[in-house]
Amino acid sequence: MKVVLQNLTKKFPSRSKTNKQDVIAVNDFTFEIPDGQLIGLLGPSGCGKSTTLNLLSGLQKPTSGRIFFGDDDVTDLPAENRGVGLVFQNYALYPHLTVRQNITFPLENLKGKDKLTKQQMQEKAYEAAKLVQIEELMDRKPSELSGGQQQRVAIARALVKMPRVLLLDEPLSNLDARLRLQTREELRRIQQKTKITTVFVTHDQEEAMSISDMIVVMKDGVIQQIGKPQDVYDDPINLFVAKFLGTPPINVFEGRVENEKLYIGNEAVLSAPGVKNCEVYIGVRPEGFVLNENGKLTTKLDRVEVMGRDISVISYHGNAQAAVRSIIGSENRFSVGGGDVKFDLKPFKVDIFDKATEKRIHCELALR
Amino acid sequence: MEKNNLKAWLYLLPAILFLGVFMVYPLIDVFVYSFEEGYNSASQTYFGVGTYNYSYVLHDPYFLQALKNTFILVIITVPVSTGLALLISVGLNSIKPLKELYQTVYFLPYVTNTLAVGLVFMILFKKTPYSEGLVNLLINFFGGESVDFIEGPYWAKMFVLCFYTVWVVLPFKILILTSALASVNETYYNAAKVDGTSKGRIFTRITLPMISPTVFYLIITGFIGAFKAYSDAVALFGTDLNAAEMNTIVGYVYDMLYGNSGGYPSYASAAAIILFAIVLTITCINLLISKKHVHYS
Amino acid sequence: MANMTDYQKIEKSAAMRKKVLNIFTYALLTVWAIMVLFPFYWMLLTSIKSYSAYSSEYIPKFFTLSPTFQNYIDAFTAVPLAKYFTNTLIFTLFTTALMLIVVILAAFAFARLEFKGKNLAFTIFLSLMMIPNELVIITNFVTITNLDMRNTFAGLILPSVTSVFYIYLLRENFAQIPDELYYAAKVDGTSDFKYLRKVMIPICKPTIITVTILKVIECWNSYVWPRLITDDQAFFLVSNGIQEIRENGFGRENIPAMMAAVVVISVPLIILFLIFHKKIMEGVSRGGTKG
Repeated sequence: MKVVLQNLTKKFPSRSKTNKQDVIAVNDFTFEIPDGQLIGLLGPSGCGKSTTLNLLSGLQKPTSGRIFFGDDDVTDLPAENRGVGLVFQNYALYPHLTVRQNITFPLENLKGKDKLTKQQMQEKAYEAAKLVQIEELMDRKPSELSGGQQQRVAIARALVKMPRVLLLDEPLSNLDARLRLQTREELRRIQQKTKITTVFVTHDQEEAMSISDMIVVMKDGVIQQIGKPQDVYDDPINLFVAKFLGTPPINVFEGRVENEKLYIGNEAVLSAPGVKNCEVYIGVRPEGFVLNENGKLTTKLDRVEVMGRDISVISYHGNAQAAVRSIIGSENRFSVGGGDVKFDLKPFKVDIFDKATEKRIHCELALR
Repeated sequence: MEKNNLKAWLYLLPAILFLGVFMVYPLIDVFVYSFEEGYNSASQTYFGVGTYNYSYVLHDPYFLQALKNTFILVIITVPVSTGLALLISVGLNSIKPLKELYQTVYFLPYVTNTLAVGLVFMILFKKTPYSEGLVNLLINFFGGESVDFIEGPYWAKMFVLCFYTVWVVLPFKILILTSALASVNETYYNAAKVDGTSKGRIFTRITLPMISPTVFYLIITGFIGAFKAYSDAVALFGTDLNAAEMNTIVGYVYDMLYGNSGGYPSYASAAAIILFAIVLTITCINLLISKKHVHYS
Repeated sequence: MANMTDYQKIEKSAAMRKKVLNIFTYALLTVWAIMVLFPFYWMLLTSIKSYSAYSSEYIPKFFTLSPTFQNYIDAFTAVPLAKYFTNTLIFTLFTTALMLIVVILAAFAFARLEFKGKNLAFTIFLSLMMIPNELVIITNFVTITNLDMRNTFAGLILPSVTSVFYIYLLRENFAQIPDELYYAAKVDGTSDFKYLRKVMIPICKPTIITVTILKVIECWNSYVWPRLITDDQAFFLVSNGIQEIRENGFGRENIPAMMAAVVVISVPLIILFLIFHKKIMEGVSRGGTKG
């Protein structure tokens, strides 16, 4: 099922007494989710991603704009009739019902020609349970399950009625780190098996990047960028997106372009052909540094963290917004002696942003 | 932490004194009274120990009348008040404007003097030579026959008593149920809504099980409270409840103790213990049923 | 586009159902609100009708054009309403004050102090919560009679003082205060009693106010014990007073005057409620039961 959002806007009346202006949670959203894809809505808390999800599920009504499932305009359709599956952040499993009863609950709501016999319901419930591998837990109560198991039950409950669209609200945030890793792969597997168009919301960029076909980065109710995870990471549209994606985060320096050369402080680190003179922010990915005794960028060494696979060098630079973290291969034998460290920068791991608008300045950076 | 035994007991002393004299000692004493036969309150003597007091009470037509009245009152008011409170609370929980105003209004009877407002009810329901009374006029208006609810037939008096009792106990129940309903996590409702659940099914399958501990708490305390009914009846029918055929068990206890037919603490004790036994039995049955049907998280 | 119309139908009927349900809900709530308020309106209305006007209304009127305060004057002159009123005030004040002292001291001991037998003592206290008043009132009646305290304030007040439930409520609240505060006070050389007065009571003021209000309501409305223990009108409380007025009151069936008396004794609590309605409702829903 293809899902289309058209100029979707949601305003909430202001709760503050001093500022009567409406809060715009979702501002003029337009995008199309192709059939059968897994989409990650990504952004810091309060960016409107959960509101978007609620608009899709029908729990909230948009102030303006339309929502289409396939060719059907479902904008005014109440949640009860929309046929979406929704997995809540805290799972919302009914504590007084067993796993089996929880999973069959949506099926019992079907009416008219869709009505199922008891037998059919049990079969469908079993199928859904098997898909998420909890068929052995069917007669337990939610309180007797671990967090990961509860999560699976919630997914099974959302899937059992074969929803047109599956929505997941921060599906992994209540799990511990190890389980999170495991569950997100599981999620990917289930989605690919069922081919149901799936939208999930998260504030964890790693989670979104690792399993989504496409990610939508949001800030303050406005879509910043839509694209394949790797594309967005490599080609951020503005400083916010660049900073939000990637762990460890991108290093940001203040600098300027003068005579088609990119300066950090007084050091010309790269050439920027075709760019007019201006003040810029320079974002350098941690993996964009190359150790070089004659490197153009000089920083003051703070410490070195050896991670096994690679080495993190943490150093300071007067024009950097925070400590500079660079990741270099462990084949570099690094002697901790203090003093200065010199780097060269990999041009394709460096992005420059206009200082005033924070928008990306597209150009072909080069070493000379 | 050093133990300061003496000081602690000193802090407790007033409470222990009051509770000892007015609760623990009387509790033991009431059993003693109930088995002392022929106790004379003037000379404080008795001439035997046995179960005569109980058999006297159980054969006293006034007690049997009180027992019947109390049971009818319990059987009618507990389900009616609980059901009505549930209906009103659900309604209250589903609205936004005026919610607080309604809530405050509904709670008003809780803080009023039962005796005083009972008098108003009496006037509303009473038929006098110079006025039919407001309720009767209303009945007439709808084509019914007027009845004297205060000094008329038994069923009419019982109706007013039940009506007034429900009016008096409802504020507490509405308050408790409303806060129980408000504490049910909204995501359960959202989850059910997304799954296409109808309003009725959400109520029976989700809301009711979730608040079932509160509902059962209200049923249990409702039973206990209704079995102890007394001042509502006095408010409507006056102090001579035996004459009005409207006495309750607690009323019987007090009448035995004091008043026109008073001066028999032994009979009063026996009746009180019978009442206590009934309440205890009903409460145990309630708890057994609730174990089966109530979901405690 | 057949699908389209289907959806519109569903939308329409859903919106319609919601509207109907909403109207029905408000209707139900309003009916009950009237049921609750009407007796209050009626007593107020009747209390300002003159006796002759009231008696001549075969069909009672829902308003009056000639309000009179004569009934209120009658209520205070023909029957000793003022006396009932002051009695109740004295009874309420002393009972509540004594209760607060007893309850706070006991709750403090259970929440803060360590002593031998604490758990056992607390368990016994808690089990006393289940004892119904009706069982112990018989012996209390005999005790007070034997002590010759009938028709005295002492006889009225003393058995009404303690409430195990309030000790429990307050202890729970006291126990929530972090231990560090106590140790800090100890280090500064504060005595236990001073700690109770200067730290615990101020912190737990909301609960103490709640307990106080609940006890005041209980006292103001108490009927059974005062009825057993007083037969001298000089010691009647308002509940007994109103019953006395009803049975032997104003000579003739002067219902407007009776209603004036009812209004007078209802008003203090209603005012208290209107001021503190949030606190009272919160306190009651925290587990208070009537009486």
